[in-house]
Amino acid sequence: MTRETLFNLVVLAGLIALPLYAHLADEPFTITLATRAVILALAAVGLNIALGIGGLVSLGHAIFFGIGGYAMGILAFHAQSFVPLMAWPFVIEGTKSMPVIWLVAVVASGLAALVVGLLSLRTSGVYFIMITLAFGQMFYYFTISWAAYGGEDGMSIYVRNGFPGLNTLVPIQFYGICLVLLCLVLAFNAALVRSPFGLALNAARQVPDRVRAVGLNPFRLRLVAFTISGAVTGLAGALFADLNRFVSPSMFSWQLSGELIVLVIIGGTARLFGPVVGAVVFVALEHYLGGVSDYWHVWFGLLLLLIVLFGKGGLIGLIAGRTRAHD
Amino acid sequence: MIEAVLETRGLSKAFGALQATDDVSITLLPGEIHAVIGPNGAGKSTLIAQISGALSPDRGTVLLDGTDITDQSTPARAQAGLARTFQISQLAMEDTVLQNALLGALGARGRPWRMLRPALADNDLRMRAEAALDRVGLTDVLRMRTAELSHGQRRQLEVAVALTLRPRAFVMDEPMAGLGTEGSARLTGLLDGLRAEAPILLVEHDMDAVFALADRISVLVYGKVVATGTVDEIRADRVVREAYLGEEA
Repeated sequence: MTRETLFNLVVLAGLIALPLYAHLADEPFTITLATRAVILALAAVGLNIALGIGGLVSLGHAIFFGIGGYAMGILAFHAQSFVPLMAWPFVIEGTKSMPVIWLVAVVASGLAALVVGLLSLRTSGVYFIMITLAFGQMFYYFTISWAAYGGEDGMSIYVRNGFPGLNTLVPIQFYGICLVLLCLVLAFNAALVRSPFGLALNAARQVPDRVRAVGLNPFRLRLVAFTISGAVTGLAGALFADLNRFVSPSMFSWQLSGELIVLVIIGGTARLFGPVVGAVVFVALEHYLGGVSDYWHVWFGLLLLLIVLFGKGGLIGLIAGRTRAHD
Repeated sequence: MIEAVLETRGLSKAFGALQATDDVSITLLPGEIHAVIGPNGAGKSTLIAQISGALSPDRGTVLLDGTDITDQSTPARAQAGLARTFQISQLAMEDTVLQNALLGALGARGRPWRMLRPALADNDLRMRAEAALDRVGLTDVLRMRTAELSHGQRRQLEVAVALTLRPRAFVMDEPMAGLGTEGSARLTGLLDGLRAEAPILLVEHDMDAVFALADRISVLVYGKVVATGTVDEIRADRVVREAYLGEEA
């Protein structure tokens, strides 16, 4: 077992043990914090598929996070107001069922990523960053003016959506759902990196000319990666909305896109658990430093600076050393 | 008449006032190594770019096995059986030697969409990649990170990746670039055996290698083919001596 695998297992054990302890000690707020960390981790794992393996620095991933959030918000809003989502040509009712909401969130954000990718992956570097940012702003201002669903104020969902056989109102149970989803996506991510697709995508980041010369199309590889990436971040968005029981245009804000990039960089770009470590550190600092000073972002910025300057592989790179070439 | 495997007809490309290739017609016949030589700026790189699909010509056509591939993309040309190597190694430095070869094998097979099973567990890909690495003598460093290879080994890996495509024709852009005498001799031996698998269009500066390997030589000067012939014919050609070889002698 490599040091990195060992470290990842320690992180995973912590993510299981700490909330369980908080549950037994009756500290629901700690569980809520952990849930927030796990959901942000999931969103950043999604981004890491595009950014880490594919080298696509997307400053628009809030689009998919927001679409996931609004998928939950719109479906649950119609369910709680008993107004069908669509009455003609056939009736679509709202729903309070998490699995259905997840499916809608994943499909909708995946489709959005496909379209945004088709239009923006023709560019690269700074232009790609700017185009994804521009798309993000379009979605942001669209939802602000979307009066039917709360416009600038967003929407409140009064009761958390349900999952068959579980009581999602119990914090530890909702946390369990989020953690299981994160683990499933991480397992998929780990398989993806080693797969033929991962091999080709990874090469398309390093030497696109070579990839073309062996008969593969880097654009298509990136487009598929970007779509998967967006779908995962969309799933996280649906969970995030359910955690807060509230959705608003801020889910589409470019600051959120930036935060997701920061989470990936702090933890370690292209490292499997990089986004997880990044999210845990971020949420912990936000809570504890935020309690000490309103200006905690200064200290957080300093940490980011140090990591970018001295730790190329992020925190995981500092702790577990450089990546091993796969064999 | 023998059918050419790869052929260019009247290939022309200008960059502003500079005519980089001017009506270049070259054939690559089965089993041969056809070397393209010429001084710096003669248009060799532009020619390769047009053959491989990185640049589209202003005029002229490129044919592979008699099929016009002028309008096809670089990946489509590779799928059709054109394997190129790069003057400056284009290898995934973070990956292992084997992974670089696997990429070639994956490209040859197409459909790179499998996401759940490891590439290394794909026996078909792996056998193809290992066979190519064995052929160029890199079996001992399969698991080494490509960045840790010597320059000479990287040049061998370039050839190995091209081999995984099992191409109809090779187009090699200065495979000897940066090699010392020993490395150059080793690669010359390797390429010598390769022509039996597929003919090689060889752009090369190393004259020892060219004279040792080439069945035919074309001389490119200012974008034009000024002479095509056997090694002896080219050596004896007065125009060539003046334009090119004379400078070195």
